[in-house]
Formats: sequence, C-alpha cells, structure tokens
Amino acid sequence: MVRSSRNTNLTSGRLLPVFFLVALISSLPFPTLHAQEKPYFITYSHDLEEPGNLELESKTAIGQPDGSHRYGALASELEYGVTGWWTSELYLDGQTTGQESTLYTGFRLENRFRPLMREHWINPVLYVEFESISGADKNMLEVVGHDGQGDLAEPNADTRLQHEHEAELKLILSSNLKAWNISENFIAEKNLGHEPWEFGYAFGAARPLRTLGSGKPCIFCLEKFTGGAEMYGGLGDVASLTLGDTSHYIAPIVGWQLPKGRLSFSTGFGLNSNSLDRVYRIGWASELPQVGTWFRRNGGTR
Amino acid sequence: MTSRSSLRRTLGLVCIFISATLLLSAASSSPWSKIPAKDHARTNPLASRPDSIPAGTLVYKENCEQCHRADAMGDGHKKPSLRSERIKSASDGDLEWFIRQGDLGHGMPSWSRLPEAQRWQLVAYLRSIQ
Repeated sequence: MVRSSRNTNLTSGRLLPVFFLVALISSLPFPTLHAQEKPYFITYSHDLEEPGNLELESKTAIGQPDGSHRYGALASELEYGVTGWWTSELYLDGQTTGQESTLYTGFRLENRFRPLMREHWINPVLYVEFESISGADKNMLEVVGHDGQGDLAEPNADTRLQHEHEAELKLILSSNLKAWNISENFIAEKNLGHEPWEFGYAFGAARPLRTLGSGKPCIFCLEKFTGGAEMYGGLGDVASLTLGDTSHYIAPIVGWQLPKGRLSFSTGFGLNSNSLDRVYRIGWASELPQVGTWFRRNGGTR
Repeated sequence: MTSRSSLRRTLGLVCIFISATLLLSAASSSPWSKIPAKDHARTNPLASRPDSIPAGTLVYKENCEQCHRADAMGDGHKKPSLRSERIKSASDGDLEWFIRQGDLGHGMPSWSRLPEAQRWQLVAYLRSIQ
C-alpha cells in the first residue's frame, strides 16, 4: 500500500494533486451543482443527499503532533442518495507524513437512515459504518475513546501494519431552528477484534450569513457564506467513561457556496494537552445531479 | 452454541424491527392531507416584495430544477409537474409546509435546510408560474 518513498520533505503538498483532481472533476462539462449540506467536517446534520444525486467530496486535515512531523490526511468521499431517507457513502482515506511516507490507509462504508419521515424540532438519523483502516489513518473524522496526539505521532512504518476493522454507530440529532442548524452526534465505535466499545461526541452549529436570497447570480453575496463552529472529542470507553485522557477540539468553520461546489475551511483548536494544538481542514464538495438517469433510456425515473 | 443461536435470533429480530419501521415510514400516505391548520392558514410574508420572484427563480434553479426541470413540468412520472391544479389550489402555507417537510417516502427531500425566507421566495416563484 505504500505509494511513495520515504525520506522526503514533502508534507501536505502531496495531497494537493488529489485535492485538485476532485476540483478538476467538478469543473468537467458534466452538469454539477453546489453541494447543499452544512460545511461541517466532523458533525453530521440530518441533511441527507437528494435521491439520485452523487456528491464528490474531499476533506483534507493538516496537523503536527508534538515531537513528530507535520502530516496531511485526505479523505475522498462518494455520497449517494439512495432514497429520500437513506444515504450511502464510501470514503477512501490516505495520508502523507513529512520525512516518512505517503499511505493509502483504508476505506469506510457508511449508511445514514432517517427513521421519521417528517420534520420535527429534533430530527434523529441513524448512522452505521464499517471501516477497514490501518493505524496510520490520520483523518480524524471522529475522535473516540482515548484518542490523542500520541496516536498521530507514531511512525507510519509501525502504524501501517496495524489493520483495524471497526463498526461505528452514531445517533445524529439535528434541528433547523430559524436559519440555524444545531446538530449533536453521539458516537459508539467497536473494534471488531477484542477491543471495548469506545465513545465520542460531536456538536455543531451553523448559519448562513444572510437568509434572504438576493435574486442575483453572485459569488460573493453573503447568502453564499455559512459560518459556524463544531466541537468534538472522545468520551473514553466502556471501562472508563471520561472526558480526561482523550482529546477535544473546538473549530470555527466557514462554508462558501460556489457555482460548481462548496468550499469549506476550519481551524480546530485543541482543548487539552492530549489534543493537537491546531488542525487545519479544507474541504471541497460538488454534486452530480440525478446520476441514476444517466444510465436509463429517455432519462427514465427512479 | 446456545448463546450463538440466541444472538442470531436477537440480531434477526432487531433487523426485522428496523426494516418494518423503515418500510412503514416509507409507505406513509400523501403528506398533503396532513398539513396542520395553522400552516395552511399562513400567507407569504414576502409576497409583496418585488424581488421575491426573481430570488425564488434562482432558488428554484439551484435546488429544484434538477428534478422538476427548467420548465417546472417534471418528468411526468415520480418528479411531478409544478404547474398543476394541486399547486394552484394550495395555499402559500401549504406550499411552504410541503417544501419544508418534503415527502421522504416518495423521493422529495426536506428543504428545511433552506432558510425560511428562501422557502417563501420559492413559494412566490411557484405562484408566478401557475
């Protein structure tokens, strides 16, 4: 799985070509839409993919654990709206660590279900994930158990040999109140080897900077920007439910709707000594509308 | 061996329960019949603003056109025409409620993710094309 040699000074620069590849795909002459979902990196809201649409998304995380090298991790995501109440996703993960190596670190399969068909004050979504990743994965798409920067500081040569098969369940609770979205995620993760259940959380709040549509096609209008913040961290495991001995982050986020996609930025600030000082995240998401109809004669329906 | 078959039975029951819940939810009847009276009675607070229709047109183009087509005629099957008697006879409140709720069981997403003001702009646009 090792794709490149060691002993290089390149860090996240190696991930840039992949990032721009996703952007390039979005700029091809396919009909594309800007992705509609919230610009959260960790937190899920109850927004599901529109049925038949395929979203392409890349999420890059850049950080540097104490006493180790800077790294950049990339998660590339394909998200498909199977029905109005069921969204399925595939993630492909990789990372590159300065003066070490670049690795493909594994995949994740996710499914999200909305059990209630109507909008309520709080809307639950059930999330089920299977992941097959190596210990070298540094995307931090969730923090659970006793995860800390020590895990991110271990050399790729050691961690890439640790293969983990994990099941993850999330209870997503989400509300759209006025123009705000407020989301809470409760995470339970189980290594399918003989490891205990681990727990984590993520909370997010976001709001467009202007709620009224201006009626003009524009790029820099305030309604094209969404601001907010998310907070996430671990809660220990079955043996020791705790807020200590794990890591926690708070991250302001900004989303920018562009004609072909959504660009997101976030800087996560570690809240304790187990956390990285900073985690910088950049995301790009674009949607291919009604992909299913491409394969049906006469633009047939689902 | 006994504990394994017990586990299998429990997992089977859980799967059946989840499937039944999802199927029942998906098979729910038309949401038009469930619109609360207070939503039905609402009027579009942006109806008198001259910019509501052009703004609603843009909201439609960015969010609805992919299914309902540029002319709002739909595909004649599961993605219905929005130039219809049902839309024409619905109140502003009915339309805003339906856009907000969607009809997840029949493929229409919930657009509660759009700010309420943009949903009303969309209602203004839908009114303008009847």
